[in-house]
Amino acid sequence: MSQGTEALPLRQRLRVLEAQPLALAMRVIIVGLGVFVLLWVLFFAQDALTKEPRTFLIVLLNGLTLAGLYFVVATGFTLIFGLMRVVNMAHGSLYMLAGFFAFQVQKELTGGEATSAFGTSEASLAEWIIPLVVACVGVGVIGIVMQQVFLRWNQGQDLRQALITIAISIIIADQALAHFGGIAEDIAAPDVFPETVDLHLAGVSYPFFRIFVLLVAIAVGLALWAMIQRTRFGMIVRAGVDDRNMVSALGINIQLVFASAFFLGAMLAGLGGVLGGTMISVDKSNDTQYLLISLIVVIIGGMGSLAGAAIGALALGLVDSFGDVYLPEGYTNYSVLLIFGLLVLVLAVRPLGLFGRPA
Amino acid sequence: MRPPALTVERTLWWGPALVILVVLALGPLIFSDYYLSAVITKSFWLGIAAASLIFLAAYVGMVSLGQVALYGIAGFTMANLVAADGGSTIAWNPWVGTLAGILVAVAVGLVFGAISNRSYGIYFLMITLALGVLTYYFFAQVTQLSGFGGVNNVARPGIVSNPVGDPANLFYIALLASAGVYLLIRYVVRSPFGLALQGIRDDPSRMRSLGYNVPLLRMLAFGLGALIASVAGILSVWWNTRISPGSIDLSRTLDVLIIAVIGGLYRLEGAWIGAFFFVALDNWTRGVDIVGSRFNTVIGVIFLAIVLLSPGGLMGIWGSITDFVARRLSPARTAQPPVRPANETGPAPE
Repeated sequence: MSQGTEALPLRQRLRVLEAQPLALAMRVIIVGLGVFVLLWVLFFAQDALTKEPRTFLIVLLNGLTLAGLYFVVATGFTLIFGLMRVVNMAHGSLYMLAGFFAFQVQKELTGGEATSAFGTSEASLAEWIIPLVVACVGVGVIGIVMQQVFLRWNQGQDLRQALITIAISIIIADQALAHFGGIAEDIAAPDVFPETVDLHLAGVSYPFFRIFVLLVAIAVGLALWAMIQRTRFGMIVRAGVDDRNMVSALGINIQLVFASAFFLGAMLAGLGGVLGGTMISVDKSNDTQYLLISLIVVIIGGMGSLAGAAIGALALGLVDSFGDVYLPEGYTNYSVLLIFGLLVLVLAVRPLGLFGRPA
Repeated sequence: MRPPALTVERTLWWGPALVILVVLALGPLIFSDYYLSAVITKSFWLGIAAASLIFLAAYVGMVSLGQVALYGIAGFTMANLVAADGGSTIAWNPWVGTLAGILVAVAVGLVFGAISNRSYGIYFLMITLALGVLTYYFFAQVTQLSGFGGVNNVARPGIVSNPVGDPANLFYIALLASAGVYLLIRYVVRSPFGLALQGIRDDPSRMRSLGYNVPLLRMLAFGLGALIASVAGILSVWWNTRISPGSIDLSRTLDVLIIAVIGGLYRLEGAWIGAFFFVALDNWTRGVDIVGSRFNTVIGVIFLAIVLLSPGGLMGIWGSITDFVARRLSPARTAQPPVRPANETGPAPE
């Protein structure tokens, strides 16, 4: 094929379009649109702040606690990508599976008493912790099996690995539907937790479990940061991100590190699944939902970055909760467009995400 | 271009293709109305959707998971603009609605392209997936556009007639649309524009240093992909007579990806082969007790097996078979490895 000679005419034909101002103008339009949307939201939020501080505080807390949940889930996703360059498309499926596992175990433990849709929580602390551990370890093991059986021998082929995890997510979704049914369930929170806490601020009583989720998220963030920055394992992980071959040449069993990182990443999806299942519900559509959330959080924050995941989760959680309430009357169901706008805004300025760097 | 010579390999590629074409041309005489509509016509429009994905993947190196969202946008736009139950109350002429649907989908496709055109490889896949799922949530939430139970009884141009009672018309329309899309892509990839796209696929930085506007070309390619996908969207609404958010959710997106991968992600013909395999298997498993309700598990396992064992998909397998047979049958070639015609060598996966 004579690509070189045939390609020239096109260059001449497209010369008009090639001019940089077009790309620049498009970028300006996109950024301007994003800024406009954000200002619009802020304006409405401000308007409401003076009128209804109570609503504002609740929506803010909803956003923060949601961000906490998103952060826990997305760190697992970003950890696996950062170290292995594997985009785990089954991450949302692991989240959903953990929710169903925990629900099932709790049902066995309490004899099906604790989890009625409207009833108050009747599970003891152990009846919440045991399902949590079982579910986390369960999906962690599924993660390891996935990595060892299917992904390990396709290292470096990122598209193929993504396709493999997509295939696994399809199988998991269908099997979960077969075994757990399509009805949304709730995991009961432990009864030692108070139902709500009085914040002594604008007369708001806020659900305690949501605050607990936020605290867990902060703890997970700090623990991961400490692990990556301060421990030997973290040192190997960081080295592995930069140069995998060099690390294994130094005599470190990088495969063991990969397996543990995959276990940890899957466990974080599992932890998120149980927290989310208690805070919101467990549902068969969770896999799509949390895959999307993980994707958006890391696209905004940058793949493989812990700080990026925190920023991305915060942005998504706040936009989510404010968009649902503060969009003008009749337009609240357009809130998805805000997330779309957020994504566009970030990608227009930083194609690799806020904290992303080239692989 | 070498002059076409009748080699064993060419016969093995063109022979079956001709047989399939003849069978298809006589389709309504050969197949029952049910099979014609439920399997073959459906394969055509799913194949067009997969072809838009394969075009982007094979010739531009962009594996997009946003194609179903784009076909949904075409479908929803058309369904809202023509007479239908649910959605908006506008009732335009069906042909005008169809054209508007395609135009809107291409416009949105260009916007999606502008958002994602500086991302490559797996990042591109993730961004298009996020855009696709966001589109699904948009239509799921905005009931003004999607109705509460989807948009039903969408008006069709008279020529489409009733897709259930009289499936032959829609069958021929889908056949012609498929042929049109196939020829369009074959034409585009031989044009200077298409060659530039293949250059970008192979080495974006080199193309950039040669003076090409890489992001712009990728955006235009994505727009062309949207055009192809929108044809599938229009046909799917005519075929279903309805569209709902469920028609464009993540599992539909993955269905089209599965079709493309099973058929062969780097062979254009694979789009329709994969679609036929997918639809026929779906249709067949419904009658089988054990797997009847677990079609997704079956297709998931097949998908996994194809990805792990034969990344070239069914077309890749057929390619190996023809190579093998050609080696056996042409004694003149035994001394040297067979040289495939230039236009048959697809890009190597990865």
